[in-house]
Amino acid sequence: MSALLYRRPWIRLVLLLLPAVVWLVIVYLGSIVGLLRYSFWSLNDFTGTLNRTLTLSTYQTLVTDPTNRDIVVRTVGLAASVTVMCGILAFPLAYYMARYATPRMKTVLYLAVIMPLWSSYLVRALSWRQILAEEGVLLWALRKVNLEGVVDVILTAPLVGGTSLIASKFSLILVFTYLWLPFMILPLETALERVPRSFLEASSDLGARPGLTFRRVVIPLAKPGLVAGSIFTFSLTLGDFILPTMFGGSEFILGQQVFVQQGVVGNDPLAAAFTLVAMVIMVIYLLAARRAGAFEAL
Amino acid sequence: MSRRDGRAGVGLRLAAFAVMGFLYLPLGIIVLYAFTTQETSFTFPPPGLTTRWFGVAFGLDDMWEALYLSVRVAALATVVALALGGLLAAAVYRARFFGRDALAFVVVLPIALPGIVTGIALRSTFAEAEVPFGFWTIVIGHATFCIVIVYNNVVARLRRMSPNLVEASGDLGATGWQTFRWVIWPNLATAVLAGGILAFALSFDEIIVTTFTSAQDPTLPIWIFNSLFRPRNRPVTNVVALLAVAMTFVPLLVAQLLTRDRTQVGAAREVR
Repeated sequence: MSALLYRRPWIRLVLLLLPAVVWLVIVYLGSIVGLLRYSFWSLNDFTGTLNRTLTLSTYQTLVTDPTNRDIVVRTVGLAASVTVMCGILAFPLAYYMARYATPRMKTVLYLAVIMPLWSSYLVRALSWRQILAEEGVLLWALRKVNLEGVVDVILTAPLVGGTSLIASKFSLILVFTYLWLPFMILPLETALERVPRSFLEASSDLGARPGLTFRRVVIPLAKPGLVAGSIFTFSLTLGDFILPTMFGGSEFILGQQVFVQQGVVGNDPLAAAFTLVAMVIMVIYLLAARRAGAFEAL
Repeated sequence: MSRRDGRAGVGLRLAAFAVMGFLYLPLGIIVLYAFTTQETSFTFPPPGLTTRWFGVAFGLDDMWEALYLSVRVAALATVVALALGGLLAAAVYRARFFGRDALAFVVVLPIALPGIVTGIALRSTFAEAEVPFGFWTIVIGHATFCIVIVYNNVVARLRRMSPNLVEASGDLGATGWQTFRWVIWPNLATAVLAGGILAFALSFDEIIVTTFTSAQDPTLPIWIFNSLFRPRNRPVTNVVALLAVAMTFVPLLVAQLLTRDRTQVGAAREVR
């Protein structure tokens, strides 16, 4: 038996491959193709039944209806804000880990960063509802230092405002940033580790101040890591529909629209069309990321 | 930035420390409010502390049912992922064949694409095939995104293993089974175990795909989510949340210590 398998490696290969290929290609990819089919069908406006003839009318609705357009723009804006915030917050910790932490310390920090990633997403979101509550920790702390005015400034600000902290877009961005931050720290740390110390010394020997060295040497070399991390922060924000029900008021983002159209309204074609929009945005993003060298930093 | 004494500046150390605090403070809040005496609000500091919510939470039958469902789903999804991911890793790591790169790409898709895509795609397929929603549909959904976790772990370990070992074993007269049992498996065991633990944790906490593939019975994350919108006994949610964290935290720590390499970065999701 084993001799046969050794002489005819392709038999072995087929046997090994078959289960996973069946599962991933037929069940998974098949499902996605099956879903996308719906987006080229339409819903009869009067009876609400599915009309299985090929049409682009669903996409026409998606593009011409300002509500739908707003959802796409809002979602991309949100994903971009979350990505930028993650990049800013990840930098100090990633830089410290890459440049200064002892190997032992680095292991500890690495574990500390990765653990929240694998622990419950929902639990971590839940804690922010309690932090941002009217009587919660954040407002308590701000009152202690007489900075509660900051909250009013945030709530009345355009784009990030809202009726209360929990219902503000600011919170939505903040909690998304919190949830996806480790995804940014890890690849960024890997990229920063590869920045040769001699480059920084050379830069300073040539008279560059720390700020200039940072902008002209560190940032460009860290770019692949930043882009690699942004793939996760962007993609995960794009498809989420749980968090926007917990934070950020009543304006829909893309994930919610898919969820509501499919589950509540029963408009499968529109839900499928929005899914395709999310996939297209992600594919464009991935292609751009590959050009930026992000795949080598993953 | 480039101080030559090899120590970080005060500003950088403070900032790094603050980011770490940002990551962990919210978990502390969950613990704190599991003990608060208030039923409906989250006043800080809590007016008093009590352990009675633990009794209330542990007395809830629907919570135990949700926990039991989550454990069963995660266990079975892990078994499927171990089988499929393990076999796939064994096929892909040395062989060159048509479509190999495409296949490696497809494995990653369930975690690279937004979870909602996987969820809604599977839902429409189940509906069309008239598969009743419930335990099995949740397992299928979870196994789909768990395969990559096992695959990544095992493939990384196989790549570090010298192919000479297998050939030497064969040359010395070992059968295929003996080679696997005494040469390959000892090298592979911790990677398989770690992959399994990570897959279990990922499945146990998943909510996005689950929302689309489950019927009425909630998994534990869905139970927690639903309880967010119940006005009373808020601290009970925190108690259950703590339980959920504890269920995954220790095994995850073990998994990380077992692998000690950095293959998880691309494999992690929320995901969830």
